[in-house]
Amino acid sequence: MSISDAIDCDIHPGVPTIKALLPYMNDYWREAFIARGQDNFQPASYLPNSPIACRPDWRDGDAIPGSNFDLLQKHALDGFGARFAICNVLYGGSFTISETMGAAICSAVNDWVRAEWLARDPRLRASIVVPSQNPRLAVEEIERLAGDRRFVQVLMPVALDMMLGKQHYWPIFEAATRHDLPIGLHAGSLYRYAPTTNGWPSHYLQDYVSNNHAFESQLLSLIFQGVFVKFPELKIVLIESGVTWLPGFLWRARKTWRAVRPEVPWVDESPIDIVRRHVRLTAQPIDAPGDPAVLERVLDQIGSDDMLLFATDYPHWQFDADRVLPEGVPARLVEKMARDNPLATYPRLRETIQ
Amino acid sequence: MARHIVAALAEIPSGSQKLVHVEGRSIAVFNVNGELFGISDTCPHQGGSLAAGATVGLTTSTEPGKFCHSRPGEFIRCPWHSWEFDLRTGKSWCDPRKFRARPYDLSVESGETLVAGPYVAETFGVSVEDQYIVVEL
Repeated sequence: MSISDAIDCDIHPGVPTIKALLPYMNDYWREAFIARGQDNFQPASYLPNSPIACRPDWRDGDAIPGSNFDLLQKHALDGFGARFAICNVLYGGSFTISETMGAAICSAVNDWVRAEWLARDPRLRASIVVPSQNPRLAVEEIERLAGDRRFVQVLMPVALDMMLGKQHYWPIFEAATRHDLPIGLHAGSLYRYAPTTNGWPSHYLQDYVSNNHAFESQLLSLIFQGVFVKFPELKIVLIESGVTWLPGFLWRARKTWRAVRPEVPWVDESPIDIVRRHVRLTAQPIDAPGDPAVLERVLDQIGSDDMLLFATDYPHWQFDADRVLPEGVPARLVEKMARDNPLATYPRLRETIQ
Repeated sequence: MARHIVAALAEIPSGSQKLVHVEGRSIAVFNVNGELFGISDTCPHQGGSLAAGATVGLTTSTEPGKFCHSRPGEFIRCPWHSWEFDLRTGKSWCDPRKFRARPYDLSVESGETLVAGPYVAETFGVSVEDQYIVVEL
């Protein structure tokens, strides 16, 4: 299967320390971070020393995974022959309790990505990280950067202060669609709400696996609170959501919609059709079963070859060597995932190659 | 084609419904504000008895959060899985191309006309003073 010249829809440059961001902050915040001595706004789901945070052969001593430009270039871009790669920076601006501090960090991250990553390799693209804690500030940040067409997406954690379909968040969707930006929802939360409806899990394992609940509940909210009716151009990209949970979820959503759809009459078509049209998933990880034939069947059950996007998830340790995709992904789908689907999902990538 | 009397009109007053059997077929008959509808009783989804369901109006929407209610009583919700069927066409609202309960044309005729025949009364005695629901099969 050919993955050279692919569009890698999820790589993670790492912020080495808050000091790297200070040049991109105003005087107030620069002084505040220095005075407070606050640092290490890494998300708790990817603690730097946890095995998943970085593949062993991609580690750079004790450095924050993904923080070395030369290594990212060598491993993720040259190593897989990427045509483009989309930088999704996971850092504290998206989850701080203080909205204004969140906005300051997000804004610094975006300017840092622009100056120190995008400017150094024409294959790189990036997501605009936004403080979803305050949609008005999030929209301001989108507006500030939308003119730079190398920003191709808006990025938020999947689990937020509230259900994503609520009108509270609609200004973000409005700004994103107006600027041809899909919304990327990355696994992770604000780390102050229990990630399950049964309270706090005891172990990292539970936290990691239960991200699926967040993806499912946010998707349900987006669909049934009418976001795709209101914003027919909106695309949602689920990043690191896993893939194989999707068919069962879709069947359950459709079954229940058929029974109680007068509750949500603005949804006048099957949720399966809505998801196939509006939702995309980065295929890293896929969460494949052991038998490739079973994986192929599950992918077939999704019922569309348009939904999966190729991604390495660099530097996260999802696979070894160059086995980016597990066996069982049919060749025709690999081709689509690597090129056609990303181009169809990201209008700003499409315009680059035209 | 033969005409069959399925019920006396007085048995199914406005707002009510009845399961009738004609030549081995089960037909759910509804009286919605004086208008009669008949559809195959067997839900095309998994076989629930539509005559045992509740009639409802059609809920639609112009935008998220807005509810429009029209055609009161003209839909039947299957008692098993709550699928809605349009009494005028028998079609499922959610999947009208795949799922349709066969509709039957019903008419109301006076006992006087019916006594003149031809019709198949099956279990009915017909009184010239009364009105009857007739289906043609």
